Amino acid sequence: MDILIVLESNNGSLHRMSKEAIVGAQSFAKEQNLSIGALAMGKDADALAQEASGFALDEILLAKHDLLSTYSADGFSEAVSQVVQAEKPKFVMIGHSYQTRDYFPKVSAKLNAPFLPDLNAFVWQEGSPIFIKTVYNGKLSAELVSSHSECTLLSFQAAAFSEENITIGSASIREIEIQLDTSQIRSSAEAPFQEEAGGLDLSSAGLIVSVGRGIEKEDNIAMAKDLAQALSGEIAASRPVVDAGWLPVSHQVGSSGQSVSPNLYLALGISGAIQHVVGMKGSKNIIAINKDADAPIFEIADYGVVGNVLEIVPKLTEAING
Amino acid sequence: MKIGVLIKQVPGAESALPLNDAKTGIQEGQASFLMNESDSYALEEAQQLIEKNGDGEVVAISLGPDRVQKIIREALARGANRGMHLQTESNGITDPLTLAKQFAKVLENESFDLIFSGLQSDDAGMGQTGIILGQLLNMSTASLVVGTELLEGSLKVKRELEAGWSQWLTLTLPASVSIQSGLNQPRYPSLKGIMGAKKKELKVIPESEFLLSEEKQSVQKIFIPESDKQTEMIEGEPDAIVSRLMDVLKNEVKVL
Repeated sequence: MDILIVLESNNGSLHRMSKEAIVGAQSFAKEQNLSIGALAMGKDADALAQEASGFALDEILLAKHDLLSTYSADGFSEAVSQVVQAEKPKFVMIGHSYQTRDYFPKVSAKLNAPFLPDLNAFVWQEGSPIFIKTVYNGKLSAELVSSHSECTLLSFQAAAFSEENITIGSASIREIEIQLDTSQIRSSAEAPFQEEAGGLDLSSAGLIVSVGRGIEKEDNIAMAKDLAQALSGEIAASRPVVDAGWLPVSHQVGSSGQSVSPNLYLALGISGAIQHVVGMKGSKNIIAINKDADAPIFEIADYGVVGNVLEIVPKLTEAING
Repeated sequence: MKIGVLIKQVPGAESALPLNDAKTGIQEGQASFLMNESDSYALEEAQQLIEKNGDGEVVAISLGPDRVQKIIREALARGANRGMHLQTESNGITDPLTLAKQFAKVLENESFDLIFSGLQSDDAGMGQTGIILGQLLNMSTASLVVGTELLEGSLKVKRELEAGWSQWLTLTLPASVSIQSGLNQPRYPSLKGIMGAKKKELKVIPESEFLLSEEKQSVQKIFIPESDKQTEMIEGEPDAIVSRLMDVLKNEVKVL
């Protein structure tokens, strides 16, 4: 196979970023007529393989091993390295999730292969791929190239591709052997927990009113909540608002919070740092209100209002409530 | 307990970032450099770990041209015990695998119990060097660390997962962990610290001792991203803005 996609589980289903990676791989393969395989491993491997077999892929590899039933950086990096050595793909693709950040650099070290992370896009130029990555916190972009002939590891930024564009099909499943023993796993993990109870799932919200530093103080959160209520939407926030304790972490959108793709995302006083943008740029419509005309949020907004959030929001709520 | 902390000097958040003529990077002379944000947290976490556990030393390590000595001195002033400067002629290399091999070559004889690094640099943002280095030196590793606790022969770390979840895990020593910003309050150097820093060791390791020319990935070009979205800018008095927004909500986004 030419491309190997490594799949990740999110509570037994394909992680959103894995589906996006499939879309990226399908589009990457199309121009050069490359074959694509996908690797399912971990305790949900069967379910992931089953789900992925419904997409236009050449083959699903299923790796089952007791030591892969809980995630460990050592176990997962060793498993991927063994599969790459056996199958010899030219490209390995994965979503740039938190798990990927934790173990893919180890795959790079084990295989002596470059890892080009957090990519937004690619272009084929005279039969060679060029990869685009944001650098300097989103202010600039870079064209990256791999000069390694054997295998290049690639991860895609959240929402670099839209899972809606996935091509369906049917793929066969092949079980493969992984050699692992307990001495290779140098960490032991406790059960994941949420910092606070009452988790809120924003991923399926249709309308989100989100507040950033520009809301200025805790007392002003109420006016954003009023607007959210008038629009029957959910309230969310960027990291600085959560760090300040004005809204619980369960409301946080961005790389350390939730990824959302509502029909409407109303960004109030959010500057648009890359860590926030990766969590919401998949929104269908984005309206941004910010007093700084140079705020990067306007680059991705459909409608941009340069103005004072504290003045506009109450008036807008009033108009909606009629 | 011996902790090595990898620190990188990067353009600060407020720095100008003019492109160089070849469009392969920024014009260094125009940028204002600082210690990378998450590295600053990593340094603080290392210092606190040593302070809580009595004996040990924190070694601040940076690779780059002579300008990076500024942040090594800053680390010494904040309380790091000694510094190491892996001195390069230019700052061209961005391949984390090559960088990690260079660090490994110099650091393997240091026998660190722990290596701390920031989650990612605010310039290239590759987010790999500390983890690759750990793997090359046969250490256990963890990324996105938001808490540390030293146990007998192991390190317990809290890892940030996605969507507000976290997890504790125990790593065998030696370990290399990369630290997420925000887990502590980095201290400022005291006047005493600044004076004392001058007497601390800052070892300069010439490039000939770790030179590796092979790069498996490289930056071909840097450019200012263009927005592919057509953004309609709504301007005017608040009432006019609200009236246009109402029109958008009703007739274009159709949520009213």
